Amino acid sequence: MSFLSITNAVKTFGTNTVVKGFDLAVEKGEFVSFLGPSGCGKTTVLRMIAGFERPTSGKITIDGRDVTDLAPNKRRIGMVFQAYALFPNMNVAGNIAFGLKIAGLGKAETEARVQEMLGLIGLSHLAERYPYEMSGGQQQRVALARALAPKPQVLLLDEPLSALDAKIRVSLREEIRDIQRRLGITTVFVTHDQEEAMSISDRIVVMNGGRADQIGTPSEIYNRPSTRFVAGFVGTLNVLRARLERQPQTVTVAGTSVQLAQPVRTADADGNLSLALRPEALSLRPSEGRDVAFDGLVKSVNFMGSVIRIRMDVGGEAISFDMFNSPDLVPPAVGARATAHAASRDMFELTA
Amino acid sequence: MKKSFPVVPVLTALFAASFFVVPLIATFYFSLKMTRGELGFAAYASVFNSAEFLTTITYSTIASLVAILIGAVIIVPTAYWVRLKVPRLRPVVEFISLLPLVVPPVVLVFGYIRLFGSNSWLPLTTTTAGTDMLLVLGYVVLSMPYMFRAVDNGLAVIDIATLTEAAESLGASRLRTIATVIFPNVRAAIISGAFLTFSISLGEFVLASLLNRPAFGPYLVQLGQDRAYEPAALAIMSFGFTWGCMVLMQVFATRKPGQRWFPRLTSRPAQRTTA
Amino acid sequence: MTMDVAAPRADLGPSLPRAGRLGRVNWNWLGVAPFFLFAFLFLIGPVLYLVGGAFQNTEGAFTFDNIIALGSPNIVASFSLSIRLSLLSAAMGAVAGLLLAQAVILGGLPAWVRGAFTTFSGVASNFAGVPLAFAFIATLGRLGLVTVLLRDLFGINLYASGFNLFSFFGLSLVYLYFQLPLMFLIIAPALDGLKKEWREAAEILGATRRQYWQLIGLPVLAPTILGCFLLLFANAFGTLATVYALMGSGFDVVPIVLFQQIRGNVLYNPNLGYALALGMVVIMGVSNTLYLILRSRAERWQK
Repeated sequence: MSFLSITNAVKTFGTNTVVKGFDLAVEKGEFVSFLGPSGCGKTTVLRMIAGFERPTSGKITIDGRDVTDLAPNKRRIGMVFQAYALFPNMNVAGNIAFGLKIAGLGKAETEARVQEMLGLIGLSHLAERYPYEMSGGQQQRVALARALAPKPQVLLLDEPLSALDAKIRVSLREEIRDIQRRLGITTVFVTHDQEEAMSISDRIVVMNGGRADQIGTPSEIYNRPSTRFVAGFVGTLNVLRARLERQPQTVTVAGTSVQLAQPVRTADADGNLSLALRPEALSLRPSEGRDVAFDGLVKSVNFMGSVIRIRMDVGGEAISFDMFNSPDLVPPAVGARATAHAASRDMFELTA
Repeated sequence: MKKSFPVVPVLTALFAASFFVVPLIATFYFSLKMTRGELGFAAYASVFNSAEFLTTITYSTIASLVAILIGAVIIVPTAYWVRLKVPRLRPVVEFISLLPLVVPPVVLVFGYIRLFGSNSWLPLTTTTAGTDMLLVLGYVVLSMPYMFRAVDNGLAVIDIATLTEAAESLGASRLRTIATVIFPNVRAAIISGAFLTFSISLGEFVLASLLNRPAFGPYLVQLGQDRAYEPAALAIMSFGFTWGCMVLMQVFATRKPGQRWFPRLTSRPAQRTTA
Repeated sequence: MTMDVAAPRADLGPSLPRAGRLGRVNWNWLGVAPFFLFAFLFLIGPVLYLVGGAFQNTEGAFTFDNIIALGSPNIVASFSLSIRLSLLSAAMGAVAGLLLAQAVILGGLPAWVRGAFTTFSGVASNFAGVPLAFAFIATLGRLGLVTVLLRDLFGINLYASGFNLFSFFGLSLVYLYFQLPLMFLIIAPALDGLKKEWREAAEILGATRRQYWQLIGLPVLAPTILGCFLLLFANAFGTLATVYALMGSGFDVVPIVLFQQIRGNVLYNPNLGYALALGMVVIMGVSNTLYLILRSRAERWQK
């Protein structure tokens, strides 16, 4: 039995259904991210777990206990907000101690726990500071400590990094992940940044229009996106028109015949279907396993530092891919003819 | 949380609303009862037919308008200059402009009477014109906190340093810059401050009474002692007047510079677009 | 004198090269000279004159007699009356304004209710003085509409039950008409500044609604509330016209005593009048200064 489970959750505001039949089972100690564009319902699901929104229908259980109708202050959940939300009238120690005081913990125990949490986030020297005297990154770490202090069953992170600078964002997300691993706390993380979700999560829930489009590990999500939306939202993608040549899995792409790894499932009456191909699956050099060759015209060459992005036109299809830069490498000239090689097993059908 | 009907907030709001509205209704009703046995606007007619009403309201209107004009002439260039050239002085100027909130009018006018009295180096109170001027300048002082804040907020919205440099790089003199670039851009702010000044000074009692000027405020008090129904009519009218001033103030305070659906109060429409 | 204020600027303008400030005399201060001249002549000067006079006897010699004379029973009584009236009306205004703002802004009422109260408050907070007194006489005076209606419809005789508009309590009720909206206007932004996340953070950490208000909401608002209270206090303390129109010259709050003194009706020593004025300015100054300090503290928190 999973630790946190959401069963067929629906949330309607007025006539607008924001979450439409959402199912998720999270194991104890797992780090799960909700990834999606704004308005996809990810924050609403998070707020339903927290208890700030009551599901219109559906059920939420934590550790086997039905919490669907439980008030937020009875759920033993820790939450970190996007805008820090530290209490401005209390210093760092006061903020971290808040949940412990409410729980009625003794003075000595509270003090010890606050020190422990300060050590955990590496801010022991700032215990007396007030929120307005600290940087955003420091405030967010205090908010994390405050959420963790009362030993919650579940930790919810609502876009905790999006108000921060790019550099701090990266270092803090690693810190969050590290702390989460050490404490082994079940965590749900909401973000619209796919790189963030990829780097931090055990599993990712890609949300779109109030539904979970795909649930899987970062590598599954990236390499085997199950819908066009997931494929497009997570990384860049070449989408190619293809035509079913022969059942079950031989297709024609840009004039080249390709033997797919899986049988075709979604070809229309005329045999048309869409194939997807990650840019990094393409290369100008032939190698073992790259059994498909696309001949075409180089349309543009963009130098981007460690990589060079090349766009080509192959039989009317636009493809783009990256090649690693190296001092002795001579990139192809714009307008020149070139051949891009790919492996047929990296090409997958977009089913929705 | 939101599903239950907000009983307590609704009751609170209703209670407050009735506290605000009932006196107005009562006053209005009272003002209609002048003619025994029927409701009518006799009290209002009586007010408008009174020569004293007309002279005092005219006097106070002129005094208020002159105060607004002088206030604008003093405050606008100062606020502009402080922002542009001497930002270090801004706290001092702001502090002084807020001082009238600390000095009650009765204290201020007491100082005037003593400082500008008959034995003074500048005996303003000995002549009618001098006393009139003192009254007007007193109104300028009383409205200074509001006027300064309105204008300063107006200046904060536009980037005056850049605007000034832009105008000067195009060859405009500084006076021309103020008249054709800065002033039109803060005009809405000035007008908003002006309406507040107007609503403060039109019915002002203390200064006018102690300087012994035939203004509207003292007339109102006298009327309150002599009559029953006219004061109610005047209270309703002055509430309506205050309302009008506040609404116009709001309109101008929230209006963006350059919006064009209000009558222009200054000339030179063409230069503004070319400057 | 006031007409030529813009003139120095015109002369100065073109002759002021931006880069040439260092080596030369800085003439920039001249641009604010008209303002300082005006303020000194018609605001600071008169007040300083009174302050100086408060420490002089009629011959112009330095003395503390006037300050000591402020301790005489009738003056102490009027300061006491003024302070009590201002405290009561400020307390009533602060509590009522806070409750109203809380109900209207956080109580889940539709947005137009707030808009209506805000507009009305802007008007009512400026609707003081003589007309306000007239309005309350027409409402709660002996023949006021509410008085009469209560008597005729409900058989409640307000004046027989101890209420009197022309009394300490009646006056503070009149003051409430401009104090309440003023409080509403200045406390509303502070209530907006209470972030929704604070309540949610407190809630998820186990706090009840009551605990939230006790430990976070009210402590965060406290400097603002106290500051507003002081502002209302000063507002009531300086009020003269409303009292005068309602009570005549017989109700001895400090501004009325000073008013009468200036008219030459009460005290025969002008220097004592100066001391009275000084006392008023000090009380107003202290409460306004504290207000500004508390406001800046509150703003720091609500960044």
